[in-house]
Amino acid sequence: MSVEVITGNHAAGYALSAAGEANRSARGVACGIYPITPQTEIVEYVAKYPFSKGRVVPVESEHSAMAVSMGASISGARSFTASSANGLAYMAENVMVAGYYRLPIVMVAVNRTLGPPWNIWADQGDTLMLRDFAWLQFYCEDNQEVLDTTLLAFRLAEDRRILLPILVCMDAFIVSHTQTETALPEQADVDRFLPDLDLPHRIHSGEARTLGGLAWPHEGLSMRLEIDEAMKRVPDVYRECRTAFEETFGRDPGGAVQTFATEDADVILVASGTMATTAREVVRQRRDAGEKIGLVKLKMYRPFPAVELLAACETATRVAVLDRNYAAGEGGIFCQDTRAAFQGRRDDLLIQNYLTGLCGGDVTPTVIDEILADLSMRSEAGEPVWIGIDAGEEN
Amino acid sequence: MAATVPSIPCKDECLLRPGNTNCGGCGMSVGLTMLGRALADAGDTCTLVIPACCGIVTAGAFPTTSYGVPTIATTFASSSALASGVASIRDLNGESGQVICWAGDGGTYDIGLATLSAAAERNENIIYICYDNEIYGNTGGQRSSATPAGARTTTTPFGKTEGKKDMMSIMAAHRIPYAATLSIAHPEDFARKISTALSMKGMRFLLMHSPCPTGWKSEPADSVELVRMAVASGLFPLYEVYDGDGYCINAHPDDSDPAEYFERQRRFDDDEIDFNATRKACSERMRYLELLAEEFPHARD
Repeated sequence: MSVEVITGNHAAGYALSAAGEANRSARGVACGIYPITPQTEIVEYVAKYPFSKGRVVPVESEHSAMAVSMGASISGARSFTASSANGLAYMAENVMVAGYYRLPIVMVAVNRTLGPPWNIWADQGDTLMLRDFAWLQFYCEDNQEVLDTTLLAFRLAEDRRILLPILVCMDAFIVSHTQTETALPEQADVDRFLPDLDLPHRIHSGEARTLGGLAWPHEGLSMRLEIDEAMKRVPDVYRECRTAFEETFGRDPGGAVQTFATEDADVILVASGTMATTAREVVRQRRDAGEKIGLVKLKMYRPFPAVELLAACETATRVAVLDRNYAAGEGGIFCQDTRAAFQGRRDDLLIQNYLTGLCGGDVTPTVIDEILADLSMRSEAGEPVWIGIDAGEEN
Repeated sequence: MAATVPSIPCKDECLLRPGNTNCGGCGMSVGLTMLGRALADAGDTCTLVIPACCGIVTAGAFPTTSYGVPTIATTFASSSALASGVASIRDLNGESGQVICWAGDGGTYDIGLATLSAAAERNENIIYICYDNEIYGNTGGQRSSATPAGARTTTTPFGKTEGKKDMMSIMAAHRIPYAATLSIAHPEDFARKISTALSMKGMRFLLMHSPCPTGWKSEPADSVELVRMAVASGLFPLYEVYDGDGYCINAHPDDSDPAEYFERQRRFDDDEIDFNATRKACSERMRYLELLAEEFPHARD
């Protein structure tokens, strides 16, 4: 293992390539790639990787990138791709198909604002647009977590109890283009962690099966139910993969829900991605000052970890959900899921939504302070609060 | 220009199995049968990659399938991209068998054109067969860019004013190893071209004129005769292009009048087709191809 100073994109490219290479004694690896800022460096990394048994296909669109990856996966190979923002929107139809085909494809997404107005900075609206497809979603806060989660995602996706594709997400630029010290695992360890892929429903020459043809309602329903059952198994299988990861690489890739100072906390911040990094620091300082405050970082968004979230908020009376995304006319998406998780179980809890960091805005400690000041003044939850609208006045 | 009817094998393991629900007189069904026979003759096999089109409805309902080979249904625009992934893994593993895209004109001329162009530009090791029935048949008969001028469809209720896109020239311009047209009225020519395609590597594109009695509003029994007339009158030239610049014309029109082709399809009813202009366009198109074949011939071995 070596430690290098690399970007989040480099970390993702390294993990995807190592995972692909690890399948060289089985059916190999192939994927479709297409550039879009700010993930381009990921596919550039993959394109120059000297796979022992692999092919990287530079296609004409994101839609085709996912199609090539699906073709490789259906053929029993390991596969992946990467995209961002409008690229994900363009790819969406085939993203949906990959899930319903039960293909263990891993896609790294660099969260970028959907345009218009044109904007290349961080916003989770792009991957959350895909939330209702049969994909798992993980949101990472730093380069090491991107690398580790990407590797872990292959093992989880390819587990026969799951067989679903996974999105590994990171914030544009804050992670994708920021260099930090990152531990790069040896290929031999990756080989041990990711055994040869043996996809049970891959196509075989001579077997007359049609994938994706017509199914009557009861058959289609059964297939959807199987996806639901697989989704319900995710928390347990994730825990197993996390343990195996730690045994192989000597490092904890982190839980699906990560708590910080939540025991006895009265106020809890719920955040994801790099917002969690900033919020954790604010919580640390306030804890030092004697406040009963904690943080829940949602690393896993799909399936939504309702049980863990409820447990983490057991002592809380107030929860602030920070959303770097916006569902038009509704508010933040993480907050909707949080409210749904608590409904009927903790109706006493005050859950307030803060839309912050949207369209690439900075979420600074001052912003977190502003949120906590607002939260402390409330006797009941209200409409989502928009943070950062007046930031331009300072310019 | 006498058409012969091939003997059709009906074994359980054939490409298109008996018992499918395709329409009577469907050119696509005949094409699939001819393709299956050519594969069997060559001792070859295939995986079918089929986008949204009648060809995937043909498979029937899960868990049964009318296809005797592995078949993958893809999204409308994706067949040639998904096939690129399948062919990549086949080749990486040194496996045999063809990867064949089987797509209608909607998935080829329209929504799948960018994907197909990119696969051709990359010279993917696949065979792409477009069964061109000049209509979105599966959705009930809407115009595509393969629909000829004058044809009435549900979205051109007064007759299409634009002409048919020249797909063969587009594909030949990619300088792919092989591009050829197919007619089910010329089964020997059909079989030879499939056999040629099977013997090659890289991107092979085959364009089949595919009669659709439902969309063309023609008699099912007339299907083969209609596409025979299209070849005989020069409306649908039978030719091959090797590497983008080696031309070979496979059937020379016999001065048949294209008028009968139009008159026997009610999709052209009530339209004032200018037959003189049509005859002129046919002969100019043939002259253009003959000049190309003369100046840039492909030496057939």
